[in-house]
Amino acid sequence: MALKTEPIVLNIGPQHPSTHGVFRMKVTLDGEVVVDVEPVIGYLHRGIEKLAEGRTYTQNIPLTDRLDYLASMTNNLAYVLAVEKLAGIKVPERAEYLRVIMAEMMRISSHLMAVGFFLNDLGAMMTPVLYMWREREKIIDLFEMVCGQRLTYNYMRTGGVSQDIPEEFLPALKRFVAEMPGYIDEYDQLLAENEILLARTKGVGVLSRELAINIAASGPVLRASGVEFDIRRADPYSIYDRFDFDVPAGEAGDCYDRYRVRIQEMKQSVRILGQAIARLPGGEVCAEVPQLLRPPAGEVYGRIEAPKGELGFYLVSDNSIAPYRFHIRPPELINLTALKDMVVGWKVADLIIIFGSLDVCLGEIDR
Amino acid sequence: MTIALKGEEVARKIAESFAEAVAAVDRSTIVVNAGSLYQVAEFLKNTPGLDFDYLNNLTAVDYLDYLEVVYHLSSLKHNHSLTLKARCYEREKPTVPSVVSLWRAADYQEREVYDLMGIIFSGHPNLKRLFLWEGFPGHPLRRDYL
Repeated sequence: MALKTEPIVLNIGPQHPSTHGVFRMKVTLDGEVVVDVEPVIGYLHRGIEKLAEGRTYTQNIPLTDRLDYLASMTNNLAYVLAVEKLAGIKVPERAEYLRVIMAEMMRISSHLMAVGFFLNDLGAMMTPVLYMWREREKIIDLFEMVCGQRLTYNYMRTGGVSQDIPEEFLPALKRFVAEMPGYIDEYDQLLAENEILLARTKGVGVLSRELAINIAASGPVLRASGVEFDIRRADPYSIYDRFDFDVPAGEAGDCYDRYRVRIQEMKQSVRILGQAIARLPGGEVCAEVPQLLRPPAGEVYGRIEAPKGELGFYLVSDNSIAPYRFHIRPPELINLTALKDMVVGWKVADLIIIFGSLDVCLGEIDR
Repeated sequence: MTIALKGEEVARKIAESFAEAVAAVDRSTIVVNAGSLYQVAEFLKNTPGLDFDYLNNLTAVDYLDYLEVVYHLSSLKHNHSLTLKARCYEREKPTVPSVVSLWRAADYQEREVYDLMGIIFSGHPNLKRLFLWEGFPGHPLRRDYL
């Protein structure tokens, strides 16, 4: 006689280390196999969009730091670019280069965390993370030099950046750019052909090309599915059209491709950093912008290629000192749309790594 | 560069198939009547030459006289973009057809707009609040919510 079985519902999170924040998955299991998953979010909802309607354009910059707090620089950048587009502000050349330098350092830092914690989820407990942390620490030290902060930088301003870089910054950055490719190769050698890693990630959690486009996935998640789409290339903002870099893409759209795309993107970011340092001009770092900015009435949708995907700001101005509407297009929330399609049929242990391979940060999902 | 398509040209194409659909046009923005939103969206997605396969962003703005749902569309194939809008003049139960069956990207974003702005997307497969809990009073992103 067959044993009578029935599915069980298991709550993973909101307090669980593998959910990278306060994220809850209501998982229905048949034995160890995932039958259904329903994400439950909102535990970190602070109402940033509502708060922003009561603050001036400049006062909103620190709010953007608190979205994806592992990539605050690029959040700043996306927001100030949108405001500049709305108000028609021109940015000095030196500030443009500094912005690109900061954004690419942020991308490396964010990808290091993504790769490190992804391997952590895979069971390579803490060792890879600490290696990644070693390099991230150098980036954080550099950020500390320019703005005194280690997590929420608040460095970008409408019209440029808050202050020029100190004397010791460039030598330290050059050292970092010289060393980093070696470290990336080191991780790659340790991990890329590791049999356990391959067995756990190849063919696991496949996101097809069609579905990736249909759910408007972006960033490494979209590119891993074989779509060579990078906003820095397709719709260049700031001065990205002046740099020479490749857009790495995967083929299968599985966890392994998402991991590989991030590793390769770090190498491209180092390339961009090298070019930006070589061409960094002198001059002002911030344009003259009124303290209380009143952009003309209108609306704008500005987007950038943040480390995790297309980060957009939709701003509506009514010619007052505060935005009438302040909407954030969250790449990570939208990348999560296909979570169920990717995990159904896989085991609980795979659910953890598939979710980890999407690289989410709840500060931005909940806002 | 992503090319922002001229609203007028696209509106003319839409008018060939749906005569009464377009309510207003502004640069790269088309405002359609809420009733024909789904048909226009389907047309934009499936017409060769337009091929809007990618829904970048979906949100809503409260202008007090009306609520406006905003769709930022683009095509990865042709690298062009367009903004589509629909207006609801009712505040009690503003309703717009859901576009989840065209772009699944709208799934969470429509739930978010429903949660924070109180717009009902008819035909959405799972229209529940996204961030706030069921039973939360009101919709905080409305301008008259204090």
